[in-house]
Amino acid sequence: MTAPMPISLQVNGERVDTHVLPRLNLADFLREHLHLTGTHVGCEHGVCGACTVRVNNEIVRACLMLAVQTHGASVQTIEGLSDSGEVADLQAAFRDRNALQCGYCTPGMLMAAQDFLLQQAEPDREQIREHLSGNYCRCTGYQAIVDAVETTARSRKAHK
Amino acid sequence: MKASAFAYARATSIGNALGLLAAHGDKAKVLSGGQSLMPAMNLRLISPELIVDIGGIGELRGIALKGEVLSVGALTRHADLLKSPEIAAHSPLLTKAVAHVAHPAIRNRGTIGGSLAHADPASELPACMLALGAIIIVRGQAGERRIPAKDFFRGIYETALSAEELLVAIELPVTRKNAAYFFDEFARRHGDYAIAGLAADAVVKDGAFTNLHLAFFAVGDRPVLSSAACRLIDAVITPALMADASAALDEELEPHDDQQATASMRRHLAKVLLVRCVSTLLGRADLDARVA
Repeated sequence: MTAPMPISLQVNGERVDTHVLPRLNLADFLREHLHLTGTHVGCEHGVCGACTVRVNNEIVRACLMLAVQTHGASVQTIEGLSDSGEVADLQAAFRDRNALQCGYCTPGMLMAAQDFLLQQAEPDREQIREHLSGNYCRCTGYQAIVDAVETTARSRKAHK
Repeated sequence: MKASAFAYARATSIGNALGLLAAHGDKAKVLSGGQSLMPAMNLRLISPELIVDIGGIGELRGIALKGEVLSVGALTRHADLLKSPEIAAHSPLLTKAVAHVAHPAIRNRGTIGGSLAHADPASELPACMLALGAIIIVRGQAGERRIPAKDFFRGIYETALSAEELLVAIELPVTRKNAAYFFDEFARRHGDYAIAGLAADAVVKDGAFTNLHLAFFAVGDRPVLSSAACRLIDAVITPALMADASAALDEELEPHDDQQATASMRRHLAKVLLVRCVSTLLGRADLDARVA
């Protein structure tokens, strides 16, 4: 049973049918098998948040989920959110406010921030910080990230 | 790091999972939400030969109110607990505590059964089970056992659960009249494992406790149901009595040094939590100024 197992799933709206070893985690599956390298791998034990992706519309740590567990699931990565334009305004706000420097945490940060903005249209800064508490950034000191998320929330509300 | 190689079986039912566990014993590990198991495997702290994935077993899911008892399926996720109106109405301590469990992305996968079976002494839910007097229901091929939470936790990552058994559900008594609760913890970052924490379930009448369960966590090898709390029941709480209870609490704790905090810091924080808890539940701000 340590042999590759068949899985079928949707990744960014496209069907994927393949075989994977049970030990392969979702982050490595996305990066190495599907070449979706926007999902970053930092700590590999659930602390840093760089590997955050959506599974069935909920954010998860891709390093703490096996690829075999995504059989039948729908996975969305930063490539999917970026290509569809879903986070275009959030990305622009990050850029404008210098909410990234090296960019390593940014895909996970955008996934977590977008997840939050979908749940909370009028967040305060404390709520933003709390929702992003599972995502490490070693460059910015977080202030600019919180600013960018706050700005995006305001402009989305104004344009509704 | 990456997990070492293992075989993987997707259990189709509780019976199927128990059959696999009986056949493989302690060489197998149950995969629930994976939010503690996967880190341990990625760090090569454990290398099971077989993973039994119970994630697809529908009968292990869900929250149901049955008379005076709230039944919570083992696969109920932290995110489900946090959003559940039944939990908020009948076990508000749990709603408060779950907000401190890790981060949103982890709460979307992690389960109550997984957290209890893993039994990290610094985690929130085991302490809540002690404070609330929960019953933990485990099933093996020989049948079901109903284990009071106070007998379930045996040490660091150690429980009364055998390698052939599956934790299937927990039962919580619903909140009583005049019930009050308190939950707080100290952590380096919101959502991280606690340096010291306290989950408390109380009954308050006319400014005094008629019942008080204090479950401290991250201050020993398992959550501690403090007997120092007994001193505060049916008593007029004075600073002298608080000092007395604090000293008694100190005797009960066996905290460890680690990279997060020293044992003495943990002892200090546990006492701070005790004072905050009592002053908050009784509305006695006067007690809080006397923190040693």
